[in-house]
Parts: sequence; C-alpha cells; structure tokens
Amino acid sequence: MSWMGPREDAENAFKVRLSLRTALGDKAYAWDTNEEYLFKAMVAFSMRRVPNREGTEISHVLLCNVTQRVSFWFVVTDPSRNHTLPAVEVQSAIRLPLVAVSGGCSSLRMNRNRINNAFFLNDQTLEFLRIPATLAPPTDPSVPIWIIIFGVIFCIVIVATMLLILSGIRQHRRKNKGPSEMEDTEDKWENTVKIENGIPCDPLDMKGGHVNDAFVTEDERLTPL
Amino acid sequence: MKVQAVSHLRFYIKVLKEQMMKGSFLVPYIIMLTVEGMPLLYLELAVGQRMRQGSIGAWRTINPYLSGVGVASVVVSFFLSMYYNVINAWAFWYLFHSFQDPLPWSVCPLNGNRTGYDEECEKASSTQYFWYRKTLNISPSIQESGAVQWEPALCLILAWLLVYLCILRGTESTGKVVYFTALLPYCVLIVYLVRGLTLHGATNGLAYMFTPKMEQLANPKAWINAATQIFFSLGLGFGSLIAFASYNEPSNNCQKHAVIVSIINSSTSIFASVVTFSIYGFKATFNYESCLNKVILLLTNSFDLEDGFLTVSNLEEVKSYLASAYPSKYSEVFPQIKNCSLESELETAVQGTGLAFIVYTEAIKNMEVSQLWSVLYFFMLLMLGIGSMLGNTAAILTPLTDSKVISSYLPKEAISGLVCLVSCAIGLVFTMEAGNYWFDIFNDYAATLPLLLIVLVEAAAVCYLYGLRRFESDLKAMTGHALNWYWKAMWGGVSPLLIISLFVFYLSDYIITGTLQYQAWDASQGQLVTKDYPPYALAIIGLLVASSTMCIPLGALGTFIVRRLKRRDTASVA
Repeated sequence: MSWMGPREDAENAFKVRLSLRTALGDKAYAWDTNEEYLFKAMVAFSMRRVPNREGTEISHVLLCNVTQRVSFWFVVTDPSRNHTLPAVEVQSAIRLPLVAVSGGCSSLRMNRNRINNAFFLNDQTLEFLRIPATLAPPTDPSVPIWIIIFGVIFCIVIVATMLLILSGIRQHRRKNKGPSEMEDTEDKWENTVKIENGIPCDPLDMKGGHVNDAFVTEDERLTPL
Repeated sequence: MKVQAVSHLRFYIKVLKEQMMKGSFLVPYIIMLTVEGMPLLYLELAVGQRMRQGSIGAWRTINPYLSGVGVASVVVSFFLSMYYNVINAWAFWYLFHSFQDPLPWSVCPLNGNRTGYDEECEKASSTQYFWYRKTLNISPSIQESGAVQWEPALCLILAWLLVYLCILRGTESTGKVVYFTALLPYCVLIVYLVRGLTLHGATNGLAYMFTPKMEQLANPKAWINAATQIFFSLGLGFGSLIAFASYNEPSNNCQKHAVIVSIINSSTSIFASVVTFSIYGFKATFNYESCLNKVILLLTNSFDLEDGFLTVSNLEEVKSYLASAYPSKYSEVFPQIKNCSLESELETAVQGTGLAFIVYTEAIKNMEVSQLWSVLYFFMLLMLGIGSMLGNTAAILTPLTDSKVISSYLPKEAISGLVCLVSCAIGLVFTMEAGNYWFDIFNDYAATLPLLLIVLVEAAAVCYLYGLRRFESDLKAMTGHALNWYWKAMWGGVSPLLIISLFVFYLSDYIITGTLQYQAWDASQGQLVTKDYPPYALAIIGLLVASSTMCIPLGALGTFIVRRLKRRDTASVA
C-alpha cells in the first residue's frame, strides 16, 4: 500500500528492518499480510498511549515498500488522513514506557519490548532505523566486586605475614635465651659426672633403672674359677 | 631436584607471554636449545658445583679479575625484580575482575548519553579497551607521565606483600613454595590443553604453528628471539643457577641434570605453545567468522536481500553479481567491506605483555563459562609470575644475607623487607599513566643485552682464562665422568660465536633503524602507533644497559688497582 501525499511524508516515515532467519533460524515464520496487520496494530497501540492520540486506529498506519529482506517503510497519519504525524511523536510513542516509572522497573523501553515480543524478536533483529535503542544501562554494584576480593586476599596475606614475623621474633628470643639455659644444665652435668668419677652411668640411674638381682647372682656363680 | 624446579619456573612467563606468533617458532627454538641452551646450562651448573660458592665468589675463584661478573648478575636480577612484579599486579587485577558476569572486558561501556558504546572502545576492541584504558589508563606518549593510578598501585603492593611472605623465611621456605608454584601451572595447562583442543578452530592455529615458513626462517630476528627466549627460560646469566648448584654434592652428575632440565624445559614449552596456539586458532577463527558475518549483514541490509540468503559459501559469487548488477550502489558500499582473511588474523602479533592479557582474554570471553577459564588462566599466570619473582629475589638476597657486614646489623626478615619495599616504591613508576612505556623499556633492554654479555664472558672465561683442559680435569676428578667432545666444542667455539653474532645483529639493527622506537596507544584511532623515544628515555636505556655491563670491566679494574696497591704495600714493607 503506498500513500500519495506531500513530500514531507518522507521525513515522517520510518524504515523497519526484520531479520527473521537470524533470530529464529528454522522456526522463522513467513512475513505475510497478516504479520503486517499485526505490526500496524502494534504501532497503533503504541500511538494510543500518547496523550491526544488515543483515537489512533489500525487504518491510520500505512506500510509501504515491503522487500524480501524483510524491510518496509511506515507512517502514521492523523484521523483526517490528510497529513502524517511528525516523526518525533511516533518516536516517543515507540519508546514510551508501559507504566509510569515506579520503584521496581527502571526500563524506559517497554513499548519497544512489547513490539519485539509480539514478533519473537529483539532490538537487533527488529530495527527501527531512525529510533536508536537506548541500551540497557549496565548494573554497577555500589562497591566494585574486585575491591571486595582484593580486600579479602590483602587481609589474608597481611595476617600470614604478621604471624610469620612474630614467630620469627619468638624464635630469635628463644635462641638468645637458649644458650644461657644450656650452660646451666651443662654445669649440672659436669657436677654429677665429677661426683661419679667421670663415669657417665649417672643418666642410667637417673632414669630409674632397676638392678636385676637375677643377673647378679648368675655372674657370681660363673666368675669364681 | 631443586635446581630443576628453579629452572622450570623461570621460563613459563616468557614462553607464554612472548610466544613467537610466527609459524616457524619451533625450528629456531629447538636448534638454539641444543646449540646454546644446553651447553651453557651445563657450564653454569658445573661452575657452581665445582666452586661451591655463589655467583660472585665462584667467578672470583676462577679468576680474580672476574668478580664483576657476579655483581653484574645481581644488578640484572635487581632490575628484573623491579619491573617484573608489575606483571603479577596486572594478573591480580584481571583475576579480581574475573568474578563478574559478564566479564568486564567482553562488553564495551556505554557512552555518555547511552545511545551507543564508548568511542574508543568501538574503534578498538573491548579487550583492548579494557587493557589500555581500564587497566593501564595509558597516556598517548611516554612524555606525558600522568599520575599514579591507585588501582594498579594497590595490586602491586599486594603482589610485593605476597612475594615478601614467600621469601620471609629464607631459601628453605622459598624452596617449598617453588615446588607448589612450579607444579600447579602444569595442572592448569593440562586442563587448558583439553579445553583448547576441543575449541572450534583450534586446528587452524595448530596447523599454523607446525608449518615452517621458509621466509621467516631466513629472518635473523626469529633466531635472535629464540636465543634470548632460551636464555630467559633456562635462567642463564642470572647467577641463580650457580648459587643453587653450589649446594649440590661434588660427585653429582650435573651433565645429566643439564640435559634433563633442558629437555623438560623444551617439552613443557612445546606443550604450552600447543595450548597457546590452539587458543589462538580459536580466537582467529572466531574473529574471521564474525568479520564475514559483518560483511554479510552489510550487504544484506544495503541491497535488501532476503535474510539468510547470503552465506559464507556463496559470498564471493553474490558479491561479483551485485557488483555487476548494481554498480553504483556497490561502489558506495564497497569501502566498508573488509577483506576477511584467516591468515591475517593468525598473523596479528601483539607486542610484549599485551599478548598474555589481550589475546587470551579475547579468546576466553568467547568460551562458555568464561569466568571459570579466566580465573584458572590468571591464577596460573600469577603462580608462574610469583615463582619467577621468588627466583629473582633469591638471587638478590643471597649475596646480601651472605655478606657479614649487613647480616650482623639486620635480621634476614628485615633485609628481605627492605629489598621488597625499595623495589615496590620504584615499581610504582610503572603504575603511572605512561608506566607501560617504561615497562617496555625495562623489558626490552634491562635484561637482554647484559645477559648476553654476561654469558659470553662466562663461557670465554671458563674456556680461555681458566683453561678448558684444567676445567675438564676438575670435572673429571669431581664427578668421575669424562667430558664429552660435544660440550668442549660448544663451550670453546660454537656458543661464544653465536652470542657474538647475536650482539652484532642487535647492534646492526639499532644502527640501521637509527633511533629506537616504541608503540604508543592512540586513543582517537584505537590502535598502536610508532613513536620515537625522547632523548631522556634513550639516556635511561643507555644507563640501564651500562650499569650492569660496566660491572664487569669495573670489577676487573678494581681488582687490578687493589692488587697494585697491595704490591706497593708489600714492596714498601720489604
């Protein structure tokens, strides 16, 4: 269907491009007049949400130049069919949010989503060539994740370093005390050895060894000859 | 075993990072290994085992005029430790950022009014943008140094703390950590091998790696790169090999050790390069296919062809048909059509450290469960880097802790702490906006030329100053094995000649190109541009090379003067 009208229509016309095969692969449906009707219905629906345009009907949306791609041009005319609606209005309609921006939903593009969903497509496969899609803002957490992980590992390393340094200092202190203690025990050893005339059998006695009387008697039996 | 472990950990970062992205990498590598790497490794191990001292003492024993060689090794190790830990800092940065979905380098950030993506990111790729803008925040040239970036600075401090933690207790504890850091990367490499070989397009990369290219074999640069890579991978000239070998038993068969270590080194590097090239092939194939898809989309949209009509197989015919049927429209569209070629994708060589971070992240972001692969990869990179740092710092700390003067004043924890603190403070220079350019200077000049000279002097000293026959009889008395003619031929003739020829190539390269140049990132174009170094950067390069190489003649001069004075003293006394 083509429209005859003043040249300014070209300014208010939008080119739409669909990539059905790319989006749906084998499940791609054929683009026929029924689908075109649905498209007109969706555009009319979007226009009806604009204040002062609640009376938009499907017949006010005109499609033109459908190619194999699939791509086509469309305009929205006003009820009198005399002139086309300015592009800005149509653009804002397509981009209009479905509900007022409330606490939960911060997407500004729900109308566009609605149209996409009606055709099982997305922003890349259903393109309105003069209406740039506002890209979804990336969700930035308040504290970047990497700092959290960095903080954890940093604390672990510092704690481990402190522990090692402290144990190193303790070892040093023990070594310093150690030689003086060693000297005391050595004196003790020397004293006991002196008492026993240098025979170091003292450790055996100190360990509480018992003399086995049975052995002694056997020796006494065997020695005299 | 300790020597083996230490030797392994040396090479990985270099091999993985600076892989020769030309297909004929293997041939020069293997040849250089057998002709240069193995003989010189055996030489250093034998010297250490025979002299039973660290590098400074060992060379002084061989010939008193050579005490400068050991000092030069320590100076080179000091420079290396200064700039090397920055790589670990970057690995930490990427590791911490791998815990997000989606990975931050896989999507471009939005521009101001949210209608499109950031301009710089569009022109370059998202991985390059993340590296150059988010990680480095690089300035357009080396003159504009900018301020210290606090994020990389924090990561650098963490990296140094980790190194300090590992070397705190001295070489005994370092040895245990080294086993861990050397073995774990093997596990990750095996996992990556399995994953890499099953990737789509991996075979392209492998085919590229194994086909020798004759014209590149003729290029001396390939041989030079292979030689310097062997040096780094085996750790020749750093003095750490001598130090570790000095702990060996005198009867230890160091020839067997040298051969085993070299073979393990080279087989691991081939293993690592198989992994690298399969991932590289995946990345190249992916880019090639998305390039083709872009061309298809462009043609489909411009000519309103049916969606799905244009495929890869009929692309060329359709293009020629369109050119003939709609010549005017085709000529409008033609400038935007890129010539996609798999070869050119495989040949894109990324300079320096960018390789490890840009190429791999680009491949990882296209894999499934990319967070897991990313964490694994950067954890492995970190292990390798920390392992290398441990070897480096051990080479610096051993002479310091051995010297009676210093160790009587300070306990060894304090000495290690001081060294780490000083290196960290200097390393903050590399976290400035122009820091990566300074890093490239250090990377290219601080270690390559001095190491060549040190190893040359070592080989020449053992063969000609000490005497090859004397050394041969020493070895025979020590180990009980006679010296094979192959080693004699290599030490005496081939290896020194090869090093001299490498020197000649480097110098002729410098003289031919006139001045030294570097690659700077141009944000407006989204790609690297070549620029000349300013004079003060050239002066610093000269200083870097001179400060380590001058140690050798200065050491000889110092010994000469001391001897002269002693002779005068004894003469006057007598």
